[in-house]
Amino acid sequence: MSTTTGAARPIPALGPPRTAELPAVAERTLGNGLRALVVRRPGVPLAELRLRVPFSGRGADHVATAQLLGDTLLMGTDRRSAAQVAADLQALGGSLSASVDSDKLAFGGSVLRAGLPGLLALLAEVLTAAAYPEHEVEGERDRLVQELAIYRSQAGVVAREALLSRMYADHPYGRELPTAEAVQAVRAPGLRDLHAARVAPEGSVLVLVGDLEPEAALDEVASQLSGWTARGAAAVAPALPAPPAGPALLLDRPGSVQTTVRLAGPAPRRTDPDHAAFTLANLVFGGYFSSRWVANIREDKGYTYSPHSGVDHPQAGSRVTLATDVATGVTAPALLETWYELGRIATLPVSQAELDQARRYAVGSLALSTSSQAGLAGTLSALTASGLGVEWLRDSPAALAEVTVEQVLEAAGRYLAPERLTCVLVGDAAEVEGPASRVLGIVRE
Amino acid sequence: MPPRPSAPALSYAVERATLANGLRVVVAPDPSSPVVAVAVYYDVGIRSEPEGRTGFAHLFEHLMFQGSASLGKTEHFTYVQGSGGTLNGSTHLDYTNYYELLPSSATELAMFLEADRMRSVALTQENLDNQVAVVQNEIRVNVLNRPYGGFPWILLPPVLYRSFANAHNGYGDFVDLEDATLQDAQAFFDRYYAPGNAVLTVAGDVDPAEVLRLAEQHYGDIPAREVPQRPSFAEPPPTGEQRTVHVDAMAPAPAVAMGWRVPDPADLDAYLPYVVLAEVLTDGDAARLQERLLLRDRTATSVGGYLGVMGDPLDARDPTPFLLEVHHPAEVSADTVLATVDEELDRLASGGLQPGELERTVARMSARYLREVDPVLGRAQVMSVFEQQRGRAELVNEVPDLLAGVAAQAVQAAAGTLRGDRAVLEIQPGDPS
Repeated sequence: MSTTTGAARPIPALGPPRTAELPAVAERTLGNGLRALVVRRPGVPLAELRLRVPFSGRGADHVATAQLLGDTLLMGTDRRSAAQVAADLQALGGSLSASVDSDKLAFGGSVLRAGLPGLLALLAEVLTAAAYPEHEVEGERDRLVQELAIYRSQAGVVAREALLSRMYADHPYGRELPTAEAVQAVRAPGLRDLHAARVAPEGSVLVLVGDLEPEAALDEVASQLSGWTARGAAAVAPALPAPPAGPALLLDRPGSVQTTVRLAGPAPRRTDPDHAAFTLANLVFGGYFSSRWVANIREDKGYTYSPHSGVDHPQAGSRVTLATDVATGVTAPALLETWYELGRIATLPVSQAELDQARRYAVGSLALSTSSQAGLAGTLSALTASGLGVEWLRDSPAALAEVTVEQVLEAAGRYLAPERLTCVLVGDAAEVEGPASRVLGIVRE
Repeated sequence: MPPRPSAPALSYAVERATLANGLRVVVAPDPSSPVVAVAVYYDVGIRSEPEGRTGFAHLFEHLMFQGSASLGKTEHFTYVQGSGGTLNGSTHLDYTNYYELLPSSATELAMFLEADRMRSVALTQENLDNQVAVVQNEIRVNVLNRPYGGFPWILLPPVLYRSFANAHNGYGDFVDLEDATLQDAQAFFDRYYAPGNAVLTVAGDVDPAEVLRLAEQHYGDIPAREVPQRPSFAEPPPTGEQRTVHVDAMAPAPAVAMGWRVPDPADLDAYLPYVVLAEVLTDGDAARLQERLLLRDRTATSVGGYLGVMGDPLDARDPTPFLLEVHHPAEVSADTVLATVDEELDRLASGGLQPGELERTVARMSARYLREVDPVLGRAQVMSVFEQQRGRAELVNEVPDLLAGVAAQAVQAAAGTLRGDRAVLEIQPGDPS
């Protein structure tokens, strides 16, 4: 039965495109080495703030100390208690968070326009005089142990930890989350030592976007943050090992009603010549809803809710990650279809229509993502980590416009061939292992 | 303490028209970026599902993406994304929305796509079967295969409410989803997706006169249908403490949620003090419950407080709760957490707010609200709800002033009403059998 009513009507054509002007970026490098970028983007009376401090390190102890440093950095200074820092932030109409990953210590914040000097002053205070009070550190340490248990009860987190560990072994990227044991061993003096050694302006980049006068904002930055004079070793992550592909690793999660499927491999950096072609290859494969993978395993077969293939750009090397959660009973056929789609895009040309559609999406979504204050601030901050500036917002669409079907095939063959990808499955092994091993090689831990 | 910045002002322009078929159209021009948001809000949600058809409003939302008279399956997605845009839809207790964010060159295209499915959604058995399977996988990934799945938005309502409309699981039972028929879908569409039951909002880089012309062109000939009267879902609040324990095999640690009924959000003067109260209690390390449970007593690992089971205070209709959720270590009992919450509520109810406490709380609430409406899509969504529920999209500009107008005494009084008449849901780790 079909209840379609009415006749088809012609689809309206797109109107003339209006391209956003390239944002004007005011930039200054302070005497202490801190780079500051400011963009005037009126709209709501707010300012967005992003600060990246290089923070790579090696080993389980570093991961634990760094994670807890991010969690306690804002919990008091030599002048203000944790509750006072929090109350003062609220009073400014501001928010500020700190977190650490394998590359960086990252601050993200926003504030009512008039509160920007206050936010910068508070930022300077935590950068130069964070106290890591014993009581707060103890409390956060115990809380982090509890939170890690909650994270690791999620199949997606289990899969990601196994995937990164398999891909990168003992490279810093192989371990994102600390062990509970290592966290329990962290003490406040260790946090103060790590802060003193590594929270330094050299190599750090501050981005402000909002309802601001750029030169005045840069003056404010200089006045508030020139006193941040720590000298530290601004370490960046070492070169990545070649990831092993090999059979899929199956982790048992008894009773799981879905199998969590993750595949990942190297991808071109934003600065690589095949970045644009790979961006489009990935979109056609599974990078947006109108992709082959979604059409196949969701819209045709109903095996899953949200298959997605995304690209990250950590500093030591970019990565493509495929993620889907499929019903336990259809794990093997879902893997079969996934391998089919990967093999297809790696060995056969995409159609010109698929390419053109992905291209328009890539160009359009870049424009959309920079149309808000927060979006522009996040994008600019991420670009600086790749050594790129605001020009990329103009150059990337130009590069995408030139990509040919042949280049997409070549990029897909290089990065999306199933043989190049590392695979982890988390599911009910008793149900999944037999059928899945008829489709691909499976190993258990 | 630094001086408090003055309440921020907003001045988004709003134009509106109502077509002959009853469709309300709101236009909010903003030429600052070459992007446009198009949103259609239908005044039907989870609470209007018939018994035996739990999850149907959400399943039907999925069917709205499966084609219409001019569009084959998946073409809605390919037209939007192929023009450089993004899209989605979501199902709430009292409304269902569909929206696109696109380069402004695609304004007419997006308006056409929404009109086509409003006029003539195409329902087929094959697509229904497919989307039942997709929705079941959505429930698996978000609820069944996840620790704390459905906590508290699915698990608390049956403790807080008695009527089917308010208490049932909005994601749906698998059996109900599998029982859904094409006839159900057509009847749901005919009844609730009438143009007079919808608001269309177009915000961004557009000319209002042109948008109103396009609205007439693409929506004007959709036949008017009877608009269903929204029923009252009112029911009495719980008397005494209603308490349930849910055993979660995947959860490594316990958690507890509390829910109290609050005044009808239609009356903002009565309702907004509760919205502010939630932030006084839980927004950041200086908030009362955070400071007490996390920093001082260390009896919790996280604390959250908000209005409405789906977490957006400004889109909830009556009846709706004030919610607190606390994750706590196994060594701490839920009763200890509840007693501490009661103590803090008593302290606030009897002693009132500290100097500056209200001002700083509201300053951050205003800033967060500005951040929500700065992206044109967020703004279109806020305006759509205000137009649909209150007939005033202009409220988008007034929220900071409304928050600034909440009196300390009103927040104090609100705390005093959160007493023993409440629902409590405990999550305990363990084997459900």
